[in-house]
This record gives sequence, C-alpha cells and structure tokens, in this order.
Amino acid sequence: MINLSFSELIQHFINGLTLGSIYALIALGYTMVYGILKFINFAHGEILMFGTYIGLLIYDRLRGGALPGSQTLLFFFLAIVAASLFSATLGVTVERIAYRPLRRAPRLAPLLSAIGTSIVLMNTAALIFGTKSKKFEYPFDNTALNLWGIAITPHQIMILIVCVGLMVFLKLFIDNTRLGKAMRATSLDQDVAALMGINVNSIISLTFAIGSALAGIAGVLIALEYKVYPTMGTMAGLKAFIAAVVGGIGNISGAMVGGILLGLLETFGVVILGIPQGLKDTIAFSVLIIILLVKPSGILGKAVREKV
Amino acid sequence: MISFIQLLTVYIGIYAILSLSLNLIVGYTGMLSLCHAAFFAIGSYATAILMLKIGMGFWLSTLCAGVISAVLGALIGLPTLRLKGDYLAIATLGFGEIVKNVILNWDSLTNGPMGINGVPMPKFFGFSLNPLVKWQYIILVWVFVAITYFILRRIIHSRLGRALAAIREDEIAAFAMGIDTFKYKVISFAIGAFFAGVAGSLWTVFNQSVTPMTYDFMLSMMILCMVVLGGLGNHFAALVGAAIIQVAGEFPRLLGFSSVIPAQFKQIIFGLILVFMMIFKPEGILGKEKAKPPKGVPAVREGGVQ
Repeated sequence: MINLSFSELIQHFINGLTLGSIYALIALGYTMVYGILKFINFAHGEILMFGTYIGLLIYDRLRGGALPGSQTLLFFFLAIVAASLFSATLGVTVERIAYRPLRRAPRLAPLLSAIGTSIVLMNTAALIFGTKSKKFEYPFDNTALNLWGIAITPHQIMILIVCVGLMVFLKLFIDNTRLGKAMRATSLDQDVAALMGINVNSIISLTFAIGSALAGIAGVLIALEYKVYPTMGTMAGLKAFIAAVVGGIGNISGAMVGGILLGLLETFGVVILGIPQGLKDTIAFSVLIIILLVKPSGILGKAVREKV
Repeated sequence: MISFIQLLTVYIGIYAILSLSLNLIVGYTGMLSLCHAAFFAIGSYATAILMLKIGMGFWLSTLCAGVISAVLGALIGLPTLRLKGDYLAIATLGFGEIVKNVILNWDSLTNGPMGINGVPMPKFFGFSLNPLVKWQYIILVWVFVAITYFILRRIIHSRLGRALAAIREDEIAAFAMGIDTFKYKVISFAIGAFFAGVAGSLWTVFNQSVTPMTYDFMLSMMILCMVVLGGLGNHFAALVGAAIIQVAGEFPRLLGFSSVIPAQFKQIIFGLILVFMMIFKPEGILGKEKAKPPKGVPAVREGGVQ
C-alpha cells in the first residue's frame, strides 16, 4: 500500500472519473444495441474510430495554423458535430447492410458479421488515412488549473461536462419522450411493439444512430489526449463493452455506472495496488471475469432465468 | 514462387490444427470460445522457453507445450465454463487479452515485446530439420495434422463425443439424462487447448522465434472464421476453411501483385467474405442445412451455439 494524501486521492478520483465517463459514453452504444437486438456490436469501436478521423479532418481543414482561442474552440465544436453525424450515418448503414438480414438468424451469425464489419472498417481506414497515428491539436490552452491543490486540466473539465450532459440528456430522452418509449417497448418485445404500431426498423436504426453518434463524440474527446490511429477503436471498444457488462448489459443506467466504476478501478488499481502500467488493461478484463462469475447479469441488470 | 507455395502449405497445416481443435469446442460442444490464440501463444512460448532455457528436445517440448496448454485451458475452464452463450464468449475474450498482456509484461520469462529468438531446429534421429528446406516442415506439420484429425475423429465417435453432441443440442436435456455437462465441457475445452498448444509448438520451431503481437484478438477471430466458413461441427470443413482463409489472405502475393495491392486489402476481402457468408450461407461451405422435421411433427428448438 502506498500512503496517499487526501488531495492526491481526490486527484486520482478525478482522473478515474474522466476516464470512466468516456467509457460510459461508448458503453451506451453497446448496451442500447444489446437491449434491443440481443447481440454484441463488435464494430462499435471502429465506428468510433472512423468518426474521429472525420472529426480530425474537418478540424484540421478549418483550423489551418490558427493558435488556440475562441475560434479554434468553435472549430472543435464543429468537428465534434461532424464526427457524431458521420458516425451515426455509418452506424445506421452498417446495421442496414450487415445486421438487418441476420435479425432472425442464430446468435453466432450477427456476431461474426459484426466482426467481419469491424475488420473491413479498420483496414479501410488504414488504407485511406494511413497507419501512422495522427495528432489532434488542443483547441484551447491545456495547462492544468490548480484548484485547492488539485490539478485539473481544461480537457478533463470538458470531458466531464460533455459526458454528464449527454448522459442526462439520453436518460431524459429514453424515459420521457414518445420515441424513447418506443425504444423501450422494442427492447421488451419486438413483435408486440410492431403490433402496437411502432416501426421497429426505424427504432432500431435510431438506436444505432444515437449509440454511434455518442461513440463519435467520445472518439474526438479521447483523441485530444491519445492519438488517432486505425486500431484506436479496438481497445476503447473492448473496455467500454466490459463497462456495459459490468453495469448490466441492456441497461442504460448500468452502462453509466459500469463505465465510471471501471475508470475508477483502472486508475486506483495502478495507484493503490501498484499494478504496473503495462498490465493496466488486465485490470479491466479481470473485473469482467469476476463480475461474470459473481453476477453475470451485471450490477444493475436483472437475472434472467433459463426456461426449459 | 514454389518456395512461397511451400510456405503456404506449412501455414495451412498449422492453422488446420488450430481450426480442427477449435471446431471441437465450438462446432461439436457448442461453446463459443474467443481465446484460441491464447492457447496457441501458450504452446509457442512453452516450446521456445523449454527448448532454449532447459534444453529440452523438440518432441518432448511439443508434448509439454500441449499439456501446459491443456492444464491452463482446464484451469480457465473451471470458472468460465459455468457461463453460457454471449457471456462465455466475452469471458474467453477477456482471458485471451490477459494472456497476451502477461506475455508482454513478464520480461524475465518471455522477454516482453521483443519475443524470443534463436529457437533451435527440431532434431529427428540426429537429423536436424532446416526451415529453409521447407518440404521437411511440410511433412512434419501435415503428419501432425493427420494425427490431430484422427484423434479428434475418434473422440467424436466415442462416449465422450456423444456426450458433447448432447450438450450442444440441449444442455438441460443432457444434464437430465445424467451427463455431467460441466465436466465434459471442461474436458472438451482442455482437449482443444492441447492441440492449439501443439500447433503453437510447430509454429515456434518453424519460425525459430516467437513475438507476442502474433497472438492478438484478430488471430482468435481468424481461427473462428476458418471454422465457421468451412461449416461448424465437421472436421473436414475445418480443414477446408483453414485452407481457404490462408489462400485468400495470400492471394495477392501468390499472383505477384503484392507490390500493387496494399496489405490491408486482403483483410478487407477477408472481412467481406465473413459478412456475406453470414448473410447468404451461414451454415458454412460444407455445412448441411438443418434437417426439417417430418410433416406433422412440430419443429424443435434449434441447438448449436446460442
């Protein structure tokens, strides 16, 4: 054990929280799709990566050589919008081509189709943009602010505001609007939902659009700190997926809880337990295996009894 | 060119062992496992370490590699095989990543990201096989393919094999018939891991080195694709699947276009094959369509990977 002062503890807590809210944002896409189609969209991470590339492209084109300022902040905002729109379109297209024909197929078929799609997207990106990682310049001055002895970067503040805002917005949307109600009905029972006059196909497309748009936004947000490269979506996607399972897959609040929990565990695992940085990814996978053994339905998920 | 075809033949053989062994787990027992690359890695590293650090011979080290793989497979299986379907797939996926991370970070044993080089050539009655003379390896690898094929075939037609088929078709019914489903699932997993470990051993002595990045998630996927492309639950189909994926992957090089066509192109083709196979022929090239129940008999719930 390492002795930590209180302010250091808060410092790590904030780092974990930022990381976790990114995981949560990506995890929402997985969990929404699983809730409705009962299948793991393995191409989610690649959709994130493609959106990030488009965001970077637009941002670099607009920015030229401008120094960080209010103007670049506006360009960055436009880049986020572009990334989310592109990701949403890509997500809907992928669903239409690769998943919709397999909706009634045995479970393995859409899973493999998703894996195929992710391979195609990853390598297409490598062909178009090259395999070298690209840097996303900060649109603002990213020197850490010192609040009562705790260093917080403007980037972290932005991540927290955007993620929390989007999650609250999504939760309100699902719980209170007509479309949200239709999405909930579709996830309960597609056939009955269709009988009630819900257009199941458009609801599924909407689900993919929302989940992919959130992934695109998350991609641009992480690209500021990490870089942009064709395989960036794989690890981010896997971690987010673990977050979704930990929280209870198919459950929207669960994805948020799971994401933040995973971010905190990863940060504190390195700091407190002294797990080497190289084995950081192992924490997430160990958490996954433990939660699957103890409570496979996740923290907020309901256990499904197997019927004969 | 001829040398390249020989190289391809060796690779097809090694991948055939992998796809045959995964077929036992996925096709015959109905458990979706996404960590076959991990057992391949364990076998590879076990051989490299045993041959270099202990000075063990090739034959003994191959056997040890298989056994180590099988033991680890059983150890992993004990907790994870209580899970079913998607959850099992995710748990095995997580395990595969853990193995890769441990290999990357256990510097004193695995030499970390550098991998291990200079693995000695296998000796055969005092005659040592040279990787530059590929036909020797073709014979060696395909003898192993034949042995694997034969053993797995015998397993499928034994008491064990019938238990596995019962588990695949309906686990609850199998349990009700008195089959210790959990025990048989662990055994099936361990046997699959054993042959993957042997394949890893062959891979190591052929390349005379091991590098950790070979054994990533994509490799597990590729092996799974070979099994699915050929047709689940069919040994011959697993062989065919391995050959098709390998040849398709190396096609540009085979035709001499490798300078024109970038490396990503083959992966794109490979991904597209997967998507279109699933849409148009999900039972695989050699798979049979599900037999329709006779008239008047209601259709039963489908078995297989669920």
